[in-house]
Amino acid sequence: MTRTILSALLGHWRRNPLHLITLLAGLALGTALWSGVQAINAEARASYDAAATALGEGSYAQIVAQDGAPIPQQNYVVLRRAGWTVSPVLEGDLGGVRIVGIDLLTAPRGIGPVSVDGGADLGAFLTGGGQIFARADTVANLPDTGAVGIIAPHVAPNTAIMDIGLAQRLLGRAGQIDRLIVSPEQPITRRPLATIAPGLIETAPQDSSDVARLTDSFHLNLTAFGLLSFVVGLFIVHGAIGLAFEQRRQMVRTLRALGVPLGRMILLIAAELAMLGLIAGLVGVALGYAVAAALLPDVAATLRGLYGADVSGQLTLRPAWWLSGLAIAVGGTAVASAGALWSLARMPLLASAQPRAWVMARQGAGLTIASVGLLLLAVGLAVWGHGLIAGFVMLGALLVGGALALPPLLTLALRWGEARARSPVAQWFWADARQQVPGLSLALMALLLAMTANVGVSTMVSSFRLTFIGFLDQRLASELYVSATDAAQADRIVAVAETQGVAVLPILSVNAQVAGQKVEIYGARDHATYRDNWHLLRAVPDVWDALARAEGVLVNEQLYRRAGRDLGTMVAIAPGLELPVLGIYGDYGNPVGQVILNDAVFTRQFPGVTALRFGLRIDPSQIDGVRAILRDQAGLTDSAMVDQASIKALSLSVFERTFTVTTALNILTLAVAGFAMLMSLLTLAEMRLPQLAPVWALGVPRRNLAALDLLRAALLGALTSALALPLGLTLAWALLAVVNVEAFGWRFPMYLFPLDYLRLGALALVAAALAALWPAWRLSRMPPVQLLGVFRHER
Amino acid sequence: MNARLFVLLLLLPFQAMAQGFAGLGTDAAGFSQPRSDTVLQFPADHGAHPDYRIEWWYLTANMTGPDGTPYGLQWTLFRSALAPRDGQGWDSPQLWMGHAAVTTPDAHHVTERLARGGIGQAGVNAAPFSAWIDDWVMEGPDINTLRLTASAPDFAYDVSLNAKGPLVLHGQNGYSVKSAAGQASHYYSQPFYKLYGTLTLPEGDVPVTGTAWLDREWSSQPLAQDQTGWDWFSLSFDSGDKLMGFVLRGSKDYTSATWIGADGTTIALLDGAFVVAPLSHHRVAGRTLPVEWQVLLPEKGVDVVVKALNPDAWMATSVPYWEGPVMISGSHKGAGYLEMTGYDD
Repeated sequence: MTRTILSALLGHWRRNPLHLITLLAGLALGTALWSGVQAINAEARASYDAAATALGEGSYAQIVAQDGAPIPQQNYVVLRRAGWTVSPVLEGDLGGVRIVGIDLLTAPRGIGPVSVDGGADLGAFLTGGGQIFARADTVANLPDTGAVGIIAPHVAPNTAIMDIGLAQRLLGRAGQIDRLIVSPEQPITRRPLATIAPGLIETAPQDSSDVARLTDSFHLNLTAFGLLSFVVGLFIVHGAIGLAFEQRRQMVRTLRALGVPLGRMILLIAAELAMLGLIAGLVGVALGYAVAAALLPDVAATLRGLYGADVSGQLTLRPAWWLSGLAIAVGGTAVASAGALWSLARMPLLASAQPRAWVMARQGAGLTIASVGLLLLAVGLAVWGHGLIAGFVMLGALLVGGALALPPLLTLALRWGEARARSPVAQWFWADARQQVPGLSLALMALLLAMTANVGVSTMVSSFRLTFIGFLDQRLASELYVSATDAAQADRIVAVAETQGVAVLPILSVNAQVAGQKVEIYGARDHATYRDNWHLLRAVPDVWDALARAEGVLVNEQLYRRAGRDLGTMVAIAPGLELPVLGIYGDYGNPVGQVILNDAVFTRQFPGVTALRFGLRIDPSQIDGVRAILRDQAGLTDSAMVDQASIKALSLSVFERTFTVTTALNILTLAVAGFAMLMSLLTLAEMRLPQLAPVWALGVPRRNLAALDLLRAALLGALTSALALPLGLTLAWALLAVVNVEAFGWRFPMYLFPLDYLRLGALALVAAALAALWPAWRLSRMPPVQLLGVFRHER
Repeated sequence: MNARLFVLLLLLPFQAMAQGFAGLGTDAAGFSQPRSDTVLQFPADHGAHPDYRIEWWYLTANMTGPDGTPYGLQWTLFRSALAPRDGQGWDSPQLWMGHAAVTTPDAHHVTERLARGGIGQAGVNAAPFSAWIDDWVMEGPDINTLRLTASAPDFAYDVSLNAKGPLVLHGQNGYSVKSAAGQASHYYSQPFYKLYGTLTLPEGDVPVTGTAWLDREWSSQPLAQDQTGWDWFSLSFDSGDKLMGFVLRGSKDYTSATWIGADGTTIALLDGAFVVAPLSHHRVAGRTLPVEWQVLLPEKGVDVVVKALNPDAWMATSVPYWEGPVMISGSHKGAGYLEMTGYDD
């Protein structure tokens, strides 16, 4: 019997292949974007993890020099001999590849090339020419070193791991160490760090690696896109399933009347849907893989350029990923069909099918109430909510509430138009548009969500871009940046600069702990550069004068938000040095807190720290001349001098990459929404015949009816876009002011981009019109006999 | 294969256990070989011999606390060379491994350190004598007067050693044969240390006094192909006499022993003179090991039972083995140390 019932149920899909396609395609497209984004994020995270594991970030405390300088190797031995079980790490760049030198004998478990099957032995790693562990593409990129390259797929992208002795030789840094990994197990007789090596400080293990924290905001954007696409997909599925249930009521009634128990009926329908969900999930995961593979190179380039994070450009097929893609497809089907199954379970045995009534019923007070409730919830959370979870719930409430508000608002707008229409055809046009709203509402909601996401995310990305460029202008106020290798060369740079009459701004910094957090402390010289260029988020009056008089410090926004160091709050910088906050500055893209001191105070407090980096204020036309003089007289290499323009050009090129990704996702989400629209219109086309036939019979040609249908779709698209704009801007505000602050500790101002919104609106119109094109064409070609048929056997 | 495993494989020969140990059973080309005509020179030979493949400074002590509780202590520095040369910086082929342990009747604390040669993290100087790895030291003006320290997350010790007798050369003037096929090492001991100092245990500090025994051995190929491990005894009798003896287990067991009189005079005992038989076994770390032995040396009237103070004295280090203090009863009374290697699980 089971087979017979199943065959009867599946017969519906055979007779209505369009429904089947709608259901499968909606779910598959939603799953595709969602799982595509997940694949990109998973790949990036795996790359960060590989890097963090290799370097011991994350799980282990680290020891670094307070002034950020290399640690002499002798100090490593001194620490070991004082009972500190620490392991040395040296990092550097060789031909664009990140070199990591470690000591396998002292490194904590799990650090180093973890999977090196075959061909490897410790003797070869430690002595002679040495061995280099890296991915195949990295090995190929390395210059000839004399060492043997060993292919190790688990090493982080663009990273080469080798013995520290070999790293010192290749990088020309004999006797130097960058940092020490502190093993969690330390002997009980260990002496305090301050008494053994006063210039070194220990930093606690980071919850997540710096790079992962930095890039979180980027991944959040991707996730938001993926989630919205999936929600849009679910709207489509919900519509398709609901309609299919309604159309199958007669069949269900017949089957029940023939004696099929309700429980089995529901079970079989659920099984049927699960199967469809699984099929759509498989297709979606495959599509998602294709999307991810196509986008990953751009994402990887963005992350590398923007955050210095190395992400593999190659996609790995992870079981956890495709399984979760399938799960979310089946789960989404369950969510979308729960309501339909519920009403089926309560259906009176002999109730007749009412597909049109079902369509029309999806409007009314319930929706409006739900929408108002959700929007109020969003407002409440925005005002009183705390934490990231509250931020996301707020986003969800805002989007769903906004989507549910669409049908009543559209109805209102169409009534308004109808009231002003004069000719009968115009009046019919408005009225007919209004009575189509319920049937199209799901597709229009999908369009609304896609538009909203586009407006919101692109506003956020573009605002970040503008803010970041402005921030670069402030921060990169000097025309030329130079780095010395040692104090002697630093002195020569200052001397040469003075003979050239160039203002030199030393960049003094140490690492420290303030308010229990890892921070960087900078010493700033009182100079017009800061006064002219730096825009503080908040400050006391005459802040630069006060800073010059050493009356306080400046802190970055991260420290202000995380440690609650507001204006006037005291900051304990070092034992015996406590100063109030004079100003707060934006510091985008930096994961750690910062404190800026007057350079005199800095030098008094940290006498051992000398400046090795300098900003030079030069007339832009003289940059090349000064470069040449510094090269000849101070012995600086070209790589030690970077001019402002190149840094900015690099940053901008990175943003172009970001836009490639954002634009691609924009177009894909709009495509999903357009598809939803097409499917709804096709479904409605048949049902609308009873409404169209009388108008045709009254003398409006089919061609005109088709043209009016096109116009109607464009009108609905335009109205939806009009509502999407405020909703999208609210979304952007929520991302900027709530989610970003909670997630990353900084907030940036929101800018508006009217031209972009206009273009997006036009795109939405095009999508709606394109979706209406085929149904309209079919209508214009419909045989009159079919229209006449409506009068022959009206239901 | 994990990086840690490389280290393990490489350092395995130290214990001279089974054949798998980094090819120690194979050729040792380029390394110096022990020779029977070598005359040991002191203090130079207290220092390292980088042209030999492996070497150790191996100290064990039997001690008692204020309440009479017996304790055991181990401090060992192993040297392993990847190539027969010394060198400065990371390029040095010399690798170092330290093992430290404290055994009580109820507990056995173990820890391990690894270090590269050439950078100062570990090494040995002959005079004034100093052997170190990280913060662990065995050092003093000469080999007779030493301070010994080691530390771990759960224990530490700091003791002083004073030698009350002469150095003892094993085998033929310190040339100790290890198999019928002629494998050998250079081997001498200082078994006459008096010890006092402090053990730092999880329960607190314990002042201790006792005796200690230092073994020095270096070679390039200590085991024959068929030999799988050894049982090694260092026994100090209440009479003042001492006995060092070992059995190298192979297709045919090979034994060697040295009888050390209270005045330091020695008698080298050839293969077969020293006889041991396991009396009872104990399961530890997934293996079954004999932790009670009958030891016979008929020519000196020795017929004793040697029993582990704590049968769980398993050294869970990169290269695992059993090493712990023993109590002696029977024809002679006393205390000593037992080492058992090559008992695979």
